[in-house]
Amino acid sequence: MSAAIRCIDLFKRYEGRPPVEAVRGLDLTVESGECFGLLGPNGAGKTTTIEIIEGLSEPTAGEVEVLGMRWGREDAAIKERIGISLQETRLSEKLQVDETLTLFRSFYQRGLDPDEVIRRVSLEEKATTRVGKLSGGQRQRLAVACALVGDPDLLLLDEPTTGLDPQSRRQLWDLIRDLRAQGRTVLLTTHYMDEAERLCDRVAVVDHGKVIAQGTPRQLITELGGEHVVEFTLEDEEGIPSPELTDLPAVRSVRKDAEHFCLSVAEPHIALPALLERLRQTGHRLAGLTTRHASLEDVFVTLTGRHLRDGETQP
Amino acid sequence: MNRESYPNERDVPKQSLGTKRYSPLGQLILARLREFYREPEAIFWVYGFPILMVVALGIAFRNKPAEQIIVDVQRDAAEETKVQFVCNALQKDETFKVQVNDSAQCRLRLRTGKTALVVVPPSSSEGDYEYIFDPTREEGRLAQSKVDDALQRAAGRTDPLPIRMQTVQDPGGRYIDFLVPGLLGMSLMGGGMWGVGFVIVDMRIRKMLKRFLATPMRKSDFLLGILFSRLLFMVPEIFVLLAFAWLAFGVVIQGSLPALVVLILLGALTFAGIGLLVASRAKTLEAVSGLMNLVMLPMWVLSGIFFSSERFPEAMQPFIRALPLTPLNDALRAVMLEGTSLPQLWPQMAILAGWAVGSFVLALRWFRWN
Repeated sequence: MSAAIRCIDLFKRYEGRPPVEAVRGLDLTVESGECFGLLGPNGAGKTTTIEIIEGLSEPTAGEVEVLGMRWGREDAAIKERIGISLQETRLSEKLQVDETLTLFRSFYQRGLDPDEVIRRVSLEEKATTRVGKLSGGQRQRLAVACALVGDPDLLLLDEPTTGLDPQSRRQLWDLIRDLRAQGRTVLLTTHYMDEAERLCDRVAVVDHGKVIAQGTPRQLITELGGEHVVEFTLEDEEGIPSPELTDLPAVRSVRKDAEHFCLSVAEPHIALPALLERLRQTGHRLAGLTTRHASLEDVFVTLTGRHLRDGETQP
Repeated sequence: MNRESYPNERDVPKQSLGTKRYSPLGQLILARLREFYREPEAIFWVYGFPILMVVALGIAFRNKPAEQIIVDVQRDAAEETKVQFVCNALQKDETFKVQVNDSAQCRLRLRTGKTALVVVPPSSSEGDYEYIFDPTREEGRLAQSKVDDALQRAAGRTDPLPIRMQTVQDPGGRYIDFLVPGLLGMSLMGGGMWGVGFVIVDMRIRKMLKRFLATPMRKSDFLLGILFSRLLFMVPEIFVLLAFAWLAFGVVIQGSLPALVVLILLGALTFAGIGLLVASRAKTLEAVSGLMNLVMLPMWVLSGIFFSSERFPEAMQPFIRALPLTPLNDALRAVMLEGTSLPQLWPQMAILAGWAVGSFVLALRWFRWN
């Protein structure tokens, strides 16, 4: 199977004061037919990367290949075969859903019938409603419908679920799973870890303009050293420097944030008794303890030392 | 590639093949028309506003039956018989409206423009009559000369030359006839600038331009769509203005209708081009509004919408004539009021065409899609 997207050593520098290097040496390969997630906090370079792939932005350096073609040589052919949704497009509020899709459909040589697309994104009841009257989730589904109407082989969706309520997010997930099931390649960006875990075959974690880890969600979590996380809080934290806990059996890594200790653990049934014994010896009392499956969030925090949310406050 | 679970291409439901043909240009025009007609405010500004202008200006500058001149007579120390003489002399003529007031009141009314002239009769039988007026105000000078005539005649002056007056009022020579072609030019300018410039910047802000750029849409289709939809909106706009001016004020077109249509098209294209140029880089609605006002303001004042551009000093005339609205207004007036034929208007049309071509070329070179 050939690659749908190949980015080699991508650089993007925005001139200004100070100049911003949004992407610094990013390599990425998306295989045909997979759903690939670009993960990372805001400002990590996800949007810049996806816009370079969409041909909307030119890289300062590096190579991009989309469906085996290059921007600058085969633009029209690439555009016929990709469908995109931008992070924030405000479609004309005065147009109806069906009118909007017919407009987008008219740009493509071949594509899907607008009614068919409306059905696929489950907007049948809103077909003759003006865009201005749609809810946030319906607008996002319309944005995906606009991406779909040219019957693309590759869909590029920039933060398709940001700002949506849980139910709308779930509807969009179903929609994206359908697209993938139809054999289309999907590249999406998100800063929701759970979304990437549920939706994507493979993910790349992007931070400061580079891919810092890549693989299936499971692989990344396993590489973390343990598939389980034990979190606990103490009534009195003094005298328990966290590195000491790494010598416990089955504990792969330890980190500590404001109040929690987090242990990445391969086998909780071995690690937990050992932990309790250690705490008894040092005379600490537990204020709380939970165990859970490790998530991509844990991967991200381990890789960067930051939570995804932290990234949002410092663009 | 197999999509869904149809083993053969033949089994795919027909509708999903999307064999139907769509015209991108047609769809872009249709979308613009829908957006426009679903925006009530836009309809008012485009159609209602020119009519309101015609009505308001038509009423303000209607041909009044010989305007009345207001004259104050200052009583104070004046001899009562002289005051009576002035009042009687002036009241014989319906042109004058006379009021008797004390000096303070007279001065106040003169200063605030409520009276055109104050007559101060003498305090003794031999004293002089005095006129107080502001010579920079036209009605003051007019009142002074009219009042003086009336008083001198009442006092026994006879005019040595026999005079007979003849007044004319041909349609075509009234202010409203002058005004309508000017408003036509103004609405072509405003419509072109807002209808193209504002719309494009709005789409840029909404990232629609960027979104379109990611589709195989041809850029020329997009720009032509904006242009054609602008020309379509213009048809009812101009029809409404001309029909209203004809029905309400009897304004007629002296020249040929095709000539007028050609000028209107040329004007609309020119201002669409300038609108495109103004919008080619602007990133905010404030920026484009400011730019458009900067471009339009000199033409509102200088290009002869409400009064002839020839009122400005000779030194400014080459500049004024180079502005695109001036030749447009001049040519529209020539066709509507004097029935001039198009070939005679080639200098005006050449200036317009120059602006149209120049602005389109620059706009396409500078245009930013994202």
